[in-house]
Formats: sequence, structure tokens, C-alpha cells
Amino acid sequence: MSRGTTSHNIPTQEGVENKIIIENLSVAYSDGTESLRKVSLAIPDHAITVLFGPAGGGKSTLLRTINRLNDLADVVHLSGHIWLDGKDLLDPHIDVIALRRQIGMVFARPVVLPMTIHQNLTYGMELAGIRSRDHMEKAIERSLQAAALWDEVRDRLNEPAVALSGGQQQRLCLARVLALEPEVILLDEPTSGLDPISTGKVEASLQELKQHYTIILVPHSIQQAARTADYAAFILDGQLIEYTHGKKIFTNPQDQKTEDYVEGRFG
Amino acid sequence: MRNSTWREYIITRLIKLSGYSAILFVGLIFLFLMQEGAPALIKIPISTLFSTRWYPIENKFGILPLIGGTVVVTFGAALFAVPLGLATAIYIAEIAPPWVREILKPLVEVLGGLPSVMLGFLGILIVTPFVRTTLDVPTGLTAFTGALILGGMAIPTIVSVAEDALDTVPRTYRQAALALGATEWQTIWRVTLPAARSGVLTAIMLGIGRAIGETMTVMMVTGNAPILPTGLGALFRPVRTMTATIAAEMGEVATGSVHYHSLFLIGIMLFLISLVINLAAASVVFRQRKRAERILS
Repeated sequence: MSRGTTSHNIPTQEGVENKIIIENLSVAYSDGTESLRKVSLAIPDHAITVLFGPAGGGKSTLLRTINRLNDLADVVHLSGHIWLDGKDLLDPHIDVIALRRQIGMVFARPVVLPMTIHQNLTYGMELAGIRSRDHMEKAIERSLQAAALWDEVRDRLNEPAVALSGGQQQRLCLARVLALEPEVILLDEPTSGLDPISTGKVEASLQELKQHYTIILVPHSIQQAARTADYAAFILDGQLIEYTHGKKIFTNPQDQKTEDYVEGRFG
Repeated sequence: MRNSTWREYIITRLIKLSGYSAILFVGLIFLFLMQEGAPALIKIPISTLFSTRWYPIENKFGILPLIGGTVVVTFGAALFAVPLGLATAIYIAEIAPPWVREILKPLVEVLGGLPSVMLGFLGILIVTPFVRTTLDVPTGLTAFTGALILGGMAIPTIVSVAEDALDTVPRTYRQAALALGATEWQTIWRVTLPAARSGVLTAIMLGIGRAIGETMTVMMVTGNAPILPTGLGALFRPVRTMTATIAAEMGEVATGSVHYHSLFLIGIMLFLISLVINLAAASVVFRQRKRAERILS
């Protein structure tokens, strides 16, 4: 078993604590689309790790495998391990519900639930068995502030969440995840439907959040990848091509394929 | 150029006309019903009308037993069709694997298309003796039997409409709820069902509407005795519904007689009942839409 210390074949960053270690992960769907082939990488704690590459390359699959949302998809083959604090997330006996609280996710399009802003935030906490009103109110304020939304909604928490603008909805989704106090946050193109100002706000809050969380981000553009990445992994056709510091991969990529993609020669 | 504006004019007018014609026909039907039914209100004293005895030959026109019969049978049908129908819809839309879904959905729709006489037949041949022997009642032709079969008839309607409504709830809602740590059932109950609320409500109303209006089957299996149902025991005794009364007696009534007018009065009441149900359903949906509009503006 490989744990915090990784075996030699897993790409690891120097001088950091690893939160998640993905080992030889292969996924295939019944319709043959977007699969992963023997992907291994170690994801550091308290940093933003960006997974980028052309569409259909397996980035979303990788994210969804980490919080086991891929259980719902038509997966015909799944092998390898994903270690979180030494626990294998792909173990069929693991408590998936508890796992999803530990690993929050924000989707490409903001999905506010058909309830009020307040209920959107308390829903996950109620599911987690939190009953204390006091605790909830504190968590709501804290998470809305962390998602840079508190000032805009503090007076209208009881309005339906669909009344918010797209950017506000997406930040609400982020706040909803934060309210559960997860350890890892997965973001699948969280700003793809947002205007530049909202995008800026989301990115700014991510920079704050990384001090407390492990963040894995699938960006919606290379520019965003370059702006936000502490570490970046280039994924192409289900394989990990290159994985290194964000600064390095976008300015001085080692692999020809990465260079071609980063400079816009394909994809 | 001129030609096309002309065509445009005629087509829009035609569409408008067919729209108005629907209102016109409903109005005409109502007028006709009023014209034929209103005299009953004059010719029959109110006290007789709201008595508990329907026996036209002796000039007893108490409609309470008929209203009671309709209410008992419809309510009984709803009581058993709504939960079962919704559960089936949820199973098909949310839980069943795709191949099961692909078989079940058309099958339910075929069930919905069965002619009601056929179900009446099945009722008489199978359900009636079954009710009589298992419940040990004098006759199997009871309100309960009617409710059972009517419920069965309403289920396909409820399933089909509710399943469509659940199906239109975006997949992303479910994923979001699951990603927050909801179980499958919590997702269905707290997220998917509320999101599909207006469609589900429409499904229930359509199902109940089908049960209220149904004539042939209830005539065949409820025993047709115009007795006012009182107490729980009445569920297992024969009743007669409003629709069955009209269907059974209209053929042999003398045109223009008091009996004739009283049958039309029953028709008016049925019309009003279904109107009220439709309005209630529409107002709920409307209120939600207005809320949504307010939110989006």
C-alpha cells in the first residue's frame, strides 16, 4: 500500500504534503467516450491543482471519480486506487455519502436547488445531521463570506435562490459546499457560464480558500489555468502528459504535446 | 408581398377562431345543461332534492346519495391511485435501470388506453367475486370494488404525466444534491419531487378527473344502489355514482319530465365539480408561475 509517501512511479510535487494520491486509475464507459488510462498523480494539500487539456480528455471523469459521483454513470471498467489520507476512496465498502461531504463539488453550471438561499445552505448541513441552529447560522455567514457573497445576500436570505444572478448562484453553490466544511473542493469549470467580473470574484475566493482546503480545478480556459494554478496537470486522451508547477507548465513546458496545447496549436 | 400578408391575416384569424370556438363550445354546453337542468330546481322542492332517497318513479329526487356515491368512489380511488401512481412514476423516472424504464413506460401508456368496458368486465369477473369472498360481504358490487378499479384506471394517467414531470427536472439538480451528501431517497424527496411539483399536481388532478368522469366501469361494478354512504362500512356496500345514474336512466326517461330535468341537474353538478377541480389545479400552477415570474424579473 502506498500512503502519504508515494511509490516512485507517481508524479509528486516536491516539498509539499499530499492530500490525495491517485494511483494507476483507469476508467472506461460503456459507450467508449472519455476514459482514463493508468493515471497517477499526487495532489498537494492547501493548493490549487489544475487539471487541463482538450475536452473529452478525462478531466471531468477524474473529478467525478474522486467523489464517486461517477458511480451514477455507465462505467464498465474501473481500476486503480485513489488514496485520501491513506483511505482508498474506490473501496466498494466505503461510506459514499460521508465521502461526498468530505469532498465537495461545484459544477460547470450553477445548480441552486429549488429552495431559498438560506435553505440551499442548510440543506447539506441538515443531511449531515447538524441540528444546532446556532451552528448553522454561523456556518452560513462564514461560508457566504468565504465565497464573497455575504454582502450581496445578507438581507435576502429568505428569497428563492433562483432569483440570484448566474454569478451569485455559482458563488452560492461554492458557499453551500463550504458550509459542510469539506477537506477537498472539486470544481468542474466553475466559471464557464459567468461574466468576467463574477469569474474574478470566484477566482479571488479560491485563492483565499486554498489556505484551508485542497482544491482541484478544471478551468474553462488556459488563461484561467495559468492564473489560478499552483500545480497543473495536462491531461490528453485519458493520459497524464505533464504535471508540474503552474508557473512552469505554462511558460516552459517540457513535453512537446503540452507546449502545442498551451500555445494553442491544437485543442 | 400582398399575397403573403393576406395569407398571414387569414391564418392568424383561423387560429384565433379555433381558440375562441373552444370557449364557445364550453359556453354552449353549459347553456344547454342549464336550460335542461334548471327547471328541476323549480319543479323539485329543495327539501326533496337534498333528501337521501333517489327513487324517480315515486317522485323522490334526493341527489345526496348520488353525490355521496361519487365522492366515496372517487376519493377511495384517489387514496389508492395517488400514492401507487407516484411511487411507480418515481421508480420509472429515478430508480429503474434504463432497460426496465424502456419497457415500463410504453406498457403503462398502453394500460392507460384500455377501454373502460373491458376493465368493467375484468371487475365483474375477477375483482367482484374476490372482494365478496375475501371480505365476506353479501355482494362484491361495492364502492370499494369501484374505487379499486377506478384507481387502477387513474394510475396510468398519474404515472405517465408525473413521470414526464420528473423527467424534465435537470439531471444536474440530482448531481448537486448527491454531491452534497444526500442519499438517493433524500434527493428524490427533497429536490426532485419539489422541483417537479406543478407537473406532479397536474398528474394527480388528471387522474382524479378521470376517476370522477368514468361511467361505464362504475356502472358495472358498484351495484348501483342509490344509498347514502355513511360510515366506513358503506365502503363495502353498493353505491351509485352521478355518472352511472345519468347513463342508466337517460335512455328511458320521458323528455321534458321532472325526472329528465333532474338528470340534467346532476350533469350540471358534475360539470361544476370538474370545473372546481380544474380551477384549483390551475390556481396552484398559476400561483407558482407568478412567483417564478416575480423572481425572474
